[in-house]
Amino acid sequence: MNFILRIWRQKNAADEGRFIEVPARDITPEMSFLEMLDVVNDEVTKAGGDPVAFDHDCREGVCGACSLVINGEPHGPNAKATTCQTYMRSFRDGETITVEPFRARAFPVLKDLVTDRSAFDRIIQAGGFVSVNTGQAPDANTLPIGKDAAEKAFDSAACIGCGACVAACKNSSAMLFVGAKITHLGLLPQGQPERDRRALAMVAQMDAEKFGNCTNQYECQAVCPKEITVANIAQMNRDYLVASLKKLFAG
Amino acid sequence: MNLDSKIPGGPMAQKWDRRRAEIRLVNPANKRKFEVIVVGSGLAGASAAATLGELGYRVKCFCFQDSARRAHSIAAQGGINAAKNYPNDGDSVQRLFYDTIKGGDFRAREANVHRLAEVSVNIIDQCVAQGVPFGREYGGLLANRSFGGAQVSRTFYARGATGQQLLLGAYQALSRQVGLGRVQMFARTEMLEIVVVNGHAKGVVVRDLVTGKITSHAADAVVLGTGGYGNAFYLSTNAQGCNATAVWRAWKKGAAFANPCFTQIHPTCIPVSGEHQSKLTLMSESLRNDGRCWAPKAKGDRRPPREIPEAERDYYLERMYPSYGNLAPRDIASRAAKRICDEGRGVGPGGRGVYLDFSDALARLGEATVRERYGNLFDMYHEITAEDACETPMRIYPAIHYVMGGLWVDYDLMSTLPGLFVIGEANFSDHGANRLGASALMQGLADGYFILPYTVGDYLATAKVKRPSADAAEFKQAEEEVHARVKRLLGVNGKRTVSEFHRRLGKILWENCGMARNAAGLRKALQEIPALREEFWKDVKAPGKNEELNQALECAGRVADFLELGELICRDALARDESCGCHFREEHQMEDGECRRDDANFAHVAAWEFQGEDRPPVRHAEPLVYEETHLATRSYK
Repeated sequence: MNFILRIWRQKNAADEGRFIEVPARDITPEMSFLEMLDVVNDEVTKAGGDPVAFDHDCREGVCGACSLVINGEPHGPNAKATTCQTYMRSFRDGETITVEPFRARAFPVLKDLVTDRSAFDRIIQAGGFVSVNTGQAPDANTLPIGKDAAEKAFDSAACIGCGACVAACKNSSAMLFVGAKITHLGLLPQGQPERDRRALAMVAQMDAEKFGNCTNQYECQAVCPKEITVANIAQMNRDYLVASLKKLFAG
Repeated sequence: MNLDSKIPGGPMAQKWDRRRAEIRLVNPANKRKFEVIVVGSGLAGASAAATLGELGYRVKCFCFQDSARRAHSIAAQGGINAAKNYPNDGDSVQRLFYDTIKGGDFRAREANVHRLAEVSVNIIDQCVAQGVPFGREYGGLLANRSFGGAQVSRTFYARGATGQQLLLGAYQALSRQVGLGRVQMFARTEMLEIVVVNGHAKGVVVRDLVTGKITSHAADAVVLGTGGYGNAFYLSTNAQGCNATAVWRAWKKGAAFANPCFTQIHPTCIPVSGEHQSKLTLMSESLRNDGRCWAPKAKGDRRPPREIPEAERDYYLERMYPSYGNLAPRDIASRAAKRICDEGRGVGPGGRGVYLDFSDALARLGEATVRERYGNLFDMYHEITAEDACETPMRIYPAIHYVMGGLWVDYDLMSTLPGLFVIGEANFSDHGANRLGASALMQGLADGYFILPYTVGDYLATAKVKRPSADAAEFKQAEEEVHARVKRLLGVNGKRTVSEFHRRLGKILWENCGMARNAAGLRKALQEIPALREEFWKDVKAPGKNEELNQALECAGRVADFLELGELICRDALARDESCGCHFREEHQMEDGECRRDDANFAHVAAWEFQGEDRPPVRHAEPLVYEETHLATRSYK
């Protein structure tokens, strides 16, 4: 297979950036999208050029490092899959493929397709945890948790923190990411003591990072490789409202 | 070289208590005067950094990924072992200890393994308290499954993403400390040198992967939790960024490297599909709870699997190891698959594959239950192969997955370089010559949450060498070494890409030091690797400059280290003239093809000492003394 890549090149954060067309030759349908980029980069390097920078690591869909907007879609054309799990058999031979970084004010481009997503880390640092020091835990089975609650908590905890939800949203909202963590911990008894302060702190940090608001387009849910649903956003809003009201009347 | 393992005296089950009672403490007000550097943010690194922060130490944590949450522990699928005996099936600390020693083919250190089994129960408690969503029964209690090399169900799991959930638990604990200002986190920062002052590890030199800036950080102690070196083989289940640079730098500064040839090959990975391939994807061992491994009885049988009648199938693991069946340990299951393929009975492209078949489980349990247990693994398999494991059996083949070898550490997890501690996969201590499934997560968290935070305190309380200033001459010199190495890599400006060299190194290692090894092949590899290394330094092309985000430069540095480490792996494999666990020397096998160990000559840890660039390393031995178990021939029949 052969393709033309219309790919975003940007030297560094200060550079303006532009699309450049690069051929991708002798690609096989079994190659992953990132392996196709490896082949292109080897060609570029041999020709004396600067290879395209892109984030990637585990290449099995769980580390959340790979990103890319492919033909306008974060993580490419397939549902329930990251860019590294997208294979070239999903594209037509001869096609021109547009490849861009995740775009959001809170995710500045560092080089080419690499963005800075550390805003997500700072949101977790603000409150995305249960405060329990090592050694303080009681026996694991002293706290029974219904199977359904545990499964639902897992569904939210499955978030890989890739940021596709932000990239897909016209407002660059991080509410799916934040909602997933608030829901995961809020569904479990361990998460209850800090439930209110967690919601307030994480939402405050989310706003400080300049992520936008949700206007119910559900694009985030559509592109999420781990099928996190917008019900997580609704849960976040409820927790935030309850916590705000409690604070108001207590204060 | 002094290989004092510092194993406490007394009965096995009391050694850890005894050591904890002896350890000198740092009082809470003094803890904040000490700085500890933790390199790596996987299960071991993140749990250690978080716990040290909780205790009151000032901590700096470094990782090369863009976030601590992306460390490769995240990709572990199946589960974590613990001797909770919740299923009431006869498990105990003693049994987990024995299974791990036996699984490692009697090449692990007993005292460390016993401690691991003891603290395993605390890990589960800790993770549950953090909100890790483990699988549960309808009654609300924790569920268990079975893993290879055990006849009890002691594996806790969170669907097929246990590593992810445990790492996120540790990452959240770490993030809490970062938020509280006790841990300073440096992401996209790679450690490129260990700094030694008066014989003690007292800091690191790192490169900012975005700006290329090279800086020094001084500390009272340095902890490496930098994972394994399986990527030396090029194709492995490791993440692309996994590398050996930190441990290799430490080796060159005086930390002994133990058992480098103990590299685990996982039996159930998706087979290679072509030359371009950049990694291999694991299919969790948990699948062998319900999947049955088979191959056609006849050579070259090319019929689709569903057309091969039951009588013409060889369920080879059940045939060869009736009491463990499909849950035979990894080294044994891998070699069995290789043997089948060598006999010409392999399936799929190139005949390098066997079937992992779920049809019995589907008939017995129904598709809904099977999908609930393994749904995400079936999805992963489908994405890669475009095949549905409910319709047709999976095709699998062994691949490099984990390394038992690593930097030598004593009972306190300190290397032979004082002040340098090594935790998780990066050290060598607990798995001997073969690691059992679901034990890597256990060891990483045991080291990071429950062992290192105690033992590092003992060092800090007694260390004679104090924290130097990061302006000290030793740091300036280390920075210069790093600059020189970067300059040299960029200066070759040859014609071939880094990946070409990496691929060739991987091929040499896989062919000569993979599932089966022999003296002739290893000698050949020991000639080919130095030649390849020479070629690398003449003809590699790492474009661009240092002062920018330069991924080609990062890769070049890592591959340069693999080209040296690869040689040590083969050297160790040649010197260990016996078969044990993963290390199968063709010259030493039983009539039925099982490992023939040589306890008289090799019941020891091989620890290699660096002697300088132009002299071969020296092999030292730490004898393994078996107080609790007796050396037995491992049988899973």
